[in-house]
Amino acid sequence: MFTCVSRTKIGILVLGNLLPLHYQWDPLSAMNSIANLQQLCRQPACMVMATRHMASLKMFSNKSLTDEDRIFTNLYGKHDWKLKGALSRGDWYKTKEIILKGKDWILKEVSQSGLRGRGGAGFPTGMKWGFMNKPDTRPKYLVVNADEGEPGTCKDRDIMRHDPHKLIEGCLVAGHSMGARAAYIYIRGEFYNEAVSLQVAIDEAYKAGLVGKNACGSGYDFEVYIHRGAGAYICGEETALIESIEGKQGKPRLKPPFPADVGVFGCPTTVANVETVAVAPTICRRGAAWFASFGRERNTGTKLYNISGHVNAPCTVEESMSIPLRELIDKHAGGVRGGWDNLLGVIPGGSSTPLIPKHVCDDVMMDFDALVEAQTALGTAAVIVMDKSADIIRCIARLMQFYKHESCGQCTPCREGVDWLDKIMWRFVDGRAQVGEIDMIWELSKQIEGHTICALGDGAAWPVQGLVRHYRPELEARIRAHEETKAKATSS
Amino acid sequence: MIRLPFRQLLARPATWAALALRAESTTAAAPEPEKVEVFIDGKQVLVNPGTTILQAAAQVGIDIPRFCYHDRLSIAGNCRMCLVEVERSPKPVAACAMPVMKGWKVRTDSDMTRKAREGVMEFLLVNHPLDCPICDQGGECDLQDQSMTFGSDKGRFTDIKYTGKRAVEDKNIGPLVKTIMTRCIQCTRCVRFGSEVAGIEVLGTPGRGNDMQIGTYVEKLFASELSGNVIDLCPVGALTSKPYAFTARPWELRRVESIDVMDAIGSNIVVNTRTGEVMRILPRVNEEVNEEWISDKTRFAYDGLARQRLTEPMMKDESGALKPCDWEEGLFKVAEKLQTVKEGETAAIVGGMVDSEALICLKDLVNKVGGETVCTEEAFPLEGAGTDLRANYVLGSSIVGVEEADLVVFIGTNPRYEAPIFNARVRKAYVHNELRVAVVGTPVDLTYEYDHLGGDAGTLSRLVDGSHPFCATMKASKRPVVVVGSAALQGAGGAGVHAGAVALAASLRASSGCGDGWSVFNVLHRVASQVGALDLGYTPGAAAIRARQPKLLLMLGADEGAVTRTDLPADCFVVYQGHHGDRGAEMADVVLPGGAYTEKTATYVNTEGRPQVAQAALTPPGFAREDWKVLRALSEVAGVTLPYDTAADVRRRLADVAPAFARPEQVEGAGFFAQAAELAKGAPAPAGELRPPQVALKDFYMTDAVSRASRTMAKCVKAAQDDEKSMWKGV
Repeated sequence: MFTCVSRTKIGILVLGNLLPLHYQWDPLSAMNSIANLQQLCRQPACMVMATRHMASLKMFSNKSLTDEDRIFTNLYGKHDWKLKGALSRGDWYKTKEIILKGKDWILKEVSQSGLRGRGGAGFPTGMKWGFMNKPDTRPKYLVVNADEGEPGTCKDRDIMRHDPHKLIEGCLVAGHSMGARAAYIYIRGEFYNEAVSLQVAIDEAYKAGLVGKNACGSGYDFEVYIHRGAGAYICGEETALIESIEGKQGKPRLKPPFPADVGVFGCPTTVANVETVAVAPTICRRGAAWFASFGRERNTGTKLYNISGHVNAPCTVEESMSIPLRELIDKHAGGVRGGWDNLLGVIPGGSSTPLIPKHVCDDVMMDFDALVEAQTALGTAAVIVMDKSADIIRCIARLMQFYKHESCGQCTPCREGVDWLDKIMWRFVDGRAQVGEIDMIWELSKQIEGHTICALGDGAAWPVQGLVRHYRPELEARIRAHEETKAKATSS
Repeated sequence: MIRLPFRQLLARPATWAALALRAESTTAAAPEPEKVEVFIDGKQVLVNPGTTILQAAAQVGIDIPRFCYHDRLSIAGNCRMCLVEVERSPKPVAACAMPVMKGWKVRTDSDMTRKAREGVMEFLLVNHPLDCPICDQGGECDLQDQSMTFGSDKGRFTDIKYTGKRAVEDKNIGPLVKTIMTRCIQCTRCVRFGSEVAGIEVLGTPGRGNDMQIGTYVEKLFASELSGNVIDLCPVGALTSKPYAFTARPWELRRVESIDVMDAIGSNIVVNTRTGEVMRILPRVNEEVNEEWISDKTRFAYDGLARQRLTEPMMKDESGALKPCDWEEGLFKVAEKLQTVKEGETAAIVGGMVDSEALICLKDLVNKVGGETVCTEEAFPLEGAGTDLRANYVLGSSIVGVEEADLVVFIGTNPRYEAPIFNARVRKAYVHNELRVAVVGTPVDLTYEYDHLGGDAGTLSRLVDGSHPFCATMKASKRPVVVVGSAALQGAGGAGVHAGAVALAASLRASSGCGDGWSVFNVLHRVASQVGALDLGYTPGAAAIRARQPKLLLMLGADEGAVTRTDLPADCFVVYQGHHGDRGAEMADVVLPGGAYTEKTATYVNTEGRPQVAQAALTPPGFAREDWKVLRALSEVAGVTLPYDTAADVRRRLADVAPAFARPEQVEGAGFFAQAAELAKGAPAPAGELRPPQVALKDFYMTDAVSRASRTMAKCVKAAQDDEKSMWKGV
């Protein structure tokens, strides 16, 4: 809570600048932005950052990312994923020195690198980790969100099975920057093999003295635990994840209080994505300036992109932020099936981000701000490509079925609304509907968006909004076709 | 939620005042926190930091609609009905959960707020059946009322033509609560009530998304003595009363404020009647007694009021069978006995549900004909200070007082069944205030954790002399409370237990330094009339009658069998006055029909010593009359006319005898603790097993003449017995 007038005013100022960017289009934790608002206003450094958002953006340099600048050098599992291989690739190199430089140094590096959360919301990482450094007698925890369940997304999975030591080292560095005594890695239930690999890697790290008591010989004690989920998408929401770790039903909590105040087991907690945590040691080793040299201002660094759908070579690839979408698809995924002109639309950031049609895809850049301008979001950068053979209405209906199935049922708009959207969408697939219902489904999606406890409701509403926004003619044509068939059947 | 209209609900001054008072008392030491200034619809309001928007709005009289929020339960924030616009926030916020911040401007009537409410209401109604005409909640349904106020004026549920609405299987959770789960809006009030107030985690939310249901997972009994409260809490018709189902509509009912007599708590109730019949009983808010909860016996035993009733005077004929007679015959017969029996050979004994007005009339009548033996069925040790000092026999620390205590020691009682409302209050303190509870006696399930100190009364001696391992913990207590159950004070060992408990209280008083304003020693009574009877000078226990061998015995509602024919001389003439044909009437020569607690305006003193007045909701059935009037008439026929003609006269007489009656609703501060402790020293050492009579749920339902006559309670006993045998017990 704000304690004095001046801070309140600044708080609202920041809110005004920041929220249109984060709130409206970030799929996973729109709440996070508001979540952190109160802490934001206590931090003078953050205000500077927040106001800088308004500055004009540096353009993308368009230089190609070289292998020397890639962080995840074993993304395809061609090398040894265990400790020996990891050491040969430079992991755990001078980790002790990084820790001994102190938490403020780590936070400064991460802040200056411009790293934004890779889980979807894109909240500035340095600022978020800094929220944990309030005086508090309770133990603090780092929780790593490895519950990667967003359809289309498969980046954390590759990190955990081919580069697990990057994550473990990241846990230590990130954990130290926030004074955490332990990291809980909440791993998706379906990722059995990944959990096994990760556990092997953790055991290796313990054995080598890299984590545990006196981690890396730095004098800092740090434990790393794995907690396996049971396959619920909603447990990827940070507070539902915390509930799940505590052994309760995975249902999001009300915020405030935010996890940084009351998190896992009632203690200050930061929940961070696997990729965010895993890149932190490399940033510290190679410097903030190196990381910030990729991408545009405020959208810096490298990023793992997952390209799936109607492309010739679906893949996961590490590329520079702000790479144009078309370049990304053509360079790494072998182009759209049947050529670029055969493109129908793209879901640019995992299933919960709104669709963009071909004419937007032509020149949009893959970063947070460019995609927000295009009325969608970067999300987890899971690009789902659909060519003209795709039944776009059926695609979105299938997504609604997913969200209906994964809604926790706690709050009304999501429980009742998403089910309703699903019913209407499947009628749209057949055209069994009135044209007026297109406006109705738009309104219903707006009635869900922003009215729920967590962001799952938003994530369910956006695909429908993207569909209605860009593909209304298809919907109307389907309905007309159905009416004609019906009329023909009755007349004959 | 008690079915008050919204505005009334928020404007309950007593609630807010009491809450504020408590808040102040707990934070008295801390400096007053700086108030936060916020604006609700342009109205300035200053509130404490941490106040939610909903509470702040209530302070300026603005109602924010809600379903899941309830001020006695934790905040769930899941119905989303209370969304309001906060200036400069891009989306509406849940008023029930969001603490206000300085300078916030909240709009509860803006377009954004209205649209949010309309949207949520539409979603709630999408899968809600429109069966209001056959729904028992109709007329007092939050969803019905709020959809009229905040809902859209037109529907657009086009899917009704294709797929229809969700249907949910009903659950069988026992003979009291009827479930129509299709109506459920998943507010989870019942789930939270179960886990927070009742302390049993039976209800939960299995299933996800649209398939989320409220249920027990496997079919089992909602085995709680407080289960009926979920009916009041349910904002829709998903949980309704089984016994009341389809019997009446709320607008047909006449509501009369009354006091419950099923236990010694004196829960405040509203008796709902129609055409001379009790249709249902609901709780009435009294922050100091029952908050807004009542036990299942209080709520559902009312059908016993219509069965086994004594509706006309009766007299034994030559064959020994009771035959109906008219009042004149009955009164003359008794009056003749009153006049002919020798002075001092008249005695009286009263049961547990007798009102104070009748108590004083009976005592005065017996005294007038020279009798001195006026007893209660419930015993109390007379050694030491006995009933001379009020501190010896009341719950002086008061029900609300346990919220300030840090240690409660229960001796020989199972408060969960002897006084469910008191137990709920202890649980509340246990949950919120880190209250520590210890039990001396048979271990029972109190719904919260406690230290079991020992099963027999000898434990008390060890606690007093310091040889018990718990003594160290006890010494650290600053506000201790010792509660001895009246069941433990019956019989030969009662004096020892009482003395032991007094000694324990005295040692705790010394070690805690709590001062004279705090009553450490407390008695938890089981029956509603006991404190009133002791205040008025009755002798507790039937021993005096057995010793006196009276020739005329007047029994007033005495149905627990404390005195039987074998205790009395063969030529003793027994008169029974009361409302139920139970054990007392069986042994009577003359039966005079009286009124039950719903049928008379009468005063009852609860276990705290708080006199409360119940209003008559009905007239007594048949030829039955209010008890004090019967006694007054009898006195006139017998030529010893009692000197009062109106109920007001009787109440003045009550206040003359016991000053507490002059201050209804108030608890008198008890005193003379040191003297009571000194006088108790001569008593025998406490010994013997302390086993409360009600150990399991099945023992709870039938404990007096009314509940023994109740079919609903019989069904509950059966359900509880079946539940004990259930394969899911303890799952």
